[in-house]
Amino acid sequence: MGAVFLLTGLACALFALGVALLLWLVRDGQLDDLDTPAQRMLGDDPPAPRK
Amino acid sequence: MSESAQTRTTRTLDTVVYDNRLVGWFVIATLVWGIVGMLVGVLVAAQMVLPALNFDIPWLSNGRLRPLHTNAVIFAFAGNAIFAGVYYSIQRLLKTRLFSDLLGRLHFWGWQLIIVLAAITLPLGFSTSKEYAELEWPIDLMIAVVWVLFGANMIGTLFRRRERHLYVAIWFYIATWIAVTMLHVVNSAEIPVTLTKSYSLYAGIQDALVQWWYGHNAVAFFLTTPFLGLMYYFLPKTTGKPIYSYRMSIVHFWSLIFIYIWAGPHHLLNTSTPEWAQTLGVMFSLMLILPSWGGAYNGFMTIFGTERGAPPETVSPVRNNPIVWFWLGSLTSYTITTFEGCMLSLRDLNALSHNTDWTIGHVHNGAIGWVGMMIFAICYWLVPRMWKTELWSLRLAKVHFWLALTGLVGYVVALWIAGIMQGVMQLGFTGTGHLAHPNFMEVVHASIPFYWVRLISGIIYLIGTVLCAYNLYRTIRQAPAALADEQVLVAPLPVEPGAMEMVVAAVGKPSMRERTSAVHRLVERWPLVMLILAAVALSIGSVAEIVPHLVQGVLTPKIAAVTPYTPLELAGRDIYIREGCTGCHTQMVRTLRAETERYGQYSLAGENRYDRPFLWGSKRTGPDLAREGVLRPSAAWQYPHLVNPRSVVPGSIMPNYGWLATDDLDVASLPAKLRVLAAPPLYTPYTAAELDHGIELAQAQAKGIADKLHKLPEYAGKGDLERKEIIAVIAYLQRLGTDLAKETAPAKELR
Repeated sequence: MGAVFLLTGLACALFALGVALLLWLVRDGQLDDLDTPAQRMLGDDPPAPRK
Repeated sequence: MSESAQTRTTRTLDTVVYDNRLVGWFVIATLVWGIVGMLVGVLVAAQMVLPALNFDIPWLSNGRLRPLHTNAVIFAFAGNAIFAGVYYSIQRLLKTRLFSDLLGRLHFWGWQLIIVLAAITLPLGFSTSKEYAELEWPIDLMIAVVWVLFGANMIGTLFRRRERHLYVAIWFYIATWIAVTMLHVVNSAEIPVTLTKSYSLYAGIQDALVQWWYGHNAVAFFLTTPFLGLMYYFLPKTTGKPIYSYRMSIVHFWSLIFIYIWAGPHHLLNTSTPEWAQTLGVMFSLMLILPSWGGAYNGFMTIFGTERGAPPETVSPVRNNPIVWFWLGSLTSYTITTFEGCMLSLRDLNALSHNTDWTIGHVHNGAIGWVGMMIFAICYWLVPRMWKTELWSLRLAKVHFWLALTGLVGYVVALWIAGIMQGVMQLGFTGTGHLAHPNFMEVVHASIPFYWVRLISGIIYLIGTVLCAYNLYRTIRQAPAALADEQVLVAPLPVEPGAMEMVVAAVGKPSMRERTSAVHRLVERWPLVMLILAAVALSIGSVAEIVPHLVQGVLTPKIAAVTPYTPLELAGRDIYIREGCTGCHTQMVRTLRAETERYGQYSLAGENRYDRPFLWGSKRTGPDLAREGVLRPSAAWQYPHLVNPRSVVPGSIMPNYGWLATDDLDVASLPAKLRVLAAPPLYTPYTAAELDHGIELAQAQAKGIADKLHKLPEYAGKGDLERKEIIAVIAYLQRLGTDLAKETAPAKELR
């Protein structure tokens, strides 16, 4: 069943990476504003040529 | 911050030129390969009802073409669409051109080269037969290189961004890249024999666990997370409204990626996999319903919801807008497929559904519904915008939508019904405790009508895709100018001190405490580099610790009677792999009474100890072969059945393998194969005699089988029988499942 340990180890590594990324994300202030990013991404294209 | 504000006296705007041409190439590649992949799909579906369509030509036979279909639609159709969508959205979300034009071009042409090589090598039979990872090792290496180019280009772009906040779509892209890198590297670990043949680093149950950890997460991280990222970008763009709940999208991302990686063992329920691993897979699979439906709800509400306090919309967003229809189709499929996936991972329902066409229906619900319809929605939105024109025909797009929906529903419903029927027929008992359908052919016969519906549905879906490509071709043709890069003005980010300046400042601090906090700030500056290094370090750690145990098989249960395959059986097994037999035949008698009644003793983990790769399979179009050597040991039955299955089993839909009886077996490669298998790190216990006289041993065993056949009148004229490939395949089939019978004591697993 060795593969189970390999995969568990790898899954744990990914999990740890995820936790680290999440911690960074919170500290970096990425989650401070959860309203304007959703609005801002709409405004970066030239208007559609249609109509 | 105040320092940097002072250093910049005038605040000017940067001119940024978005790379549109690379995106355009990927869009065109998506459509071209989409048609090719679906065309192959239609052919393999047609072969299921009309075996004559295998044409008795090796490179057109179902077993070899099926992996070409799956690889083409996953890695060529969906893959190119991912790259197009990621490269388009990431530039605009980060307000910068892609990191490197050269990397982008190498990525594009490298990926197309891989696809072309796949389209050549798979029909030629160069296959590892591990599902969705069939390509042989040189192409695996190329995939790794091109994937790293993609990652370098994406992460380089992150570092040059002019937007501090990373929009949620980008998180999905990053997760995709990290996870796919790990999955591909671990699952593709194989030891080459020649340029076109390798043996998996893992054997038997180990290989099964690694393969389905990969297989499940290929769906998760190649067909789900990148497309969720694309959804969070292109759906708001299409509706012109922000995502319904940005907060929920963040929760969606984190919960999904923490859960997905653990769900793989649900592909191995009721097998010789450890029960706790099965239960773990089931638990995480059930949990997946929450993030999945949360994301789907967010998508639906982005179309139908209104912002709090805003007046209800007077015109329905769905009206006269086929692009929104495609989004609705995609989201509906995602909702159904994710619910279905959770349910199918329940051990009892899985006993019924596993190895049946229900699985095929489930995966197509996701592939042609969720993924396919989203790709069409994105293409219809993207092409007119990039080529600065209008969609050539809105009406044709509407026709495409109805064709796609009809094809999807027809396909999925037909295989749902077929799958449940097949499961019930295979598991069913009569009132007196006998199998209700002891002859497997009853299941095949009953399935044929549904295979017809599947074929017709597939053709309808393909016609829709062709219409889409034609519509977009005409759109590009009517464009006022050739595809051009797009120039915009963007405010730069405030300049922050460089790395060296921060190091110097940190060293110069008077107290220890200030120095450490300055270093900490420095580390925080490069979170991505730090985190990727951390992931690599963690992975190397676990790999280095575990792989030696793995490959030496210390942890695999041993059964004394199980010995390595003889040279001839090995050659036969490699032909079985080459022809893709595992696409339709499993080799795993599950721990269910109906299976032990039909096939005999359920499979033990120790029986597959020397199987590189494992061949448990995932689909029983034909019966299980794990005990074939016990059930049908006669060469006189196997020979005509392989050459023309319908001569022995009327109504069989198996292709003819006539070339096995005419082509000479390649014995010359045997010594090299045996040496690779016996050497570290694979350590297969071949004897010195087998290693030195592999060819002679194979010829002697072949002569034994041929001599028995020669006693029958119909083989009297075939003097060179013993040299043919078919004898090796028969030797392998005769061996399957017979090891346990060699034990005098009852089968017992030893540690």
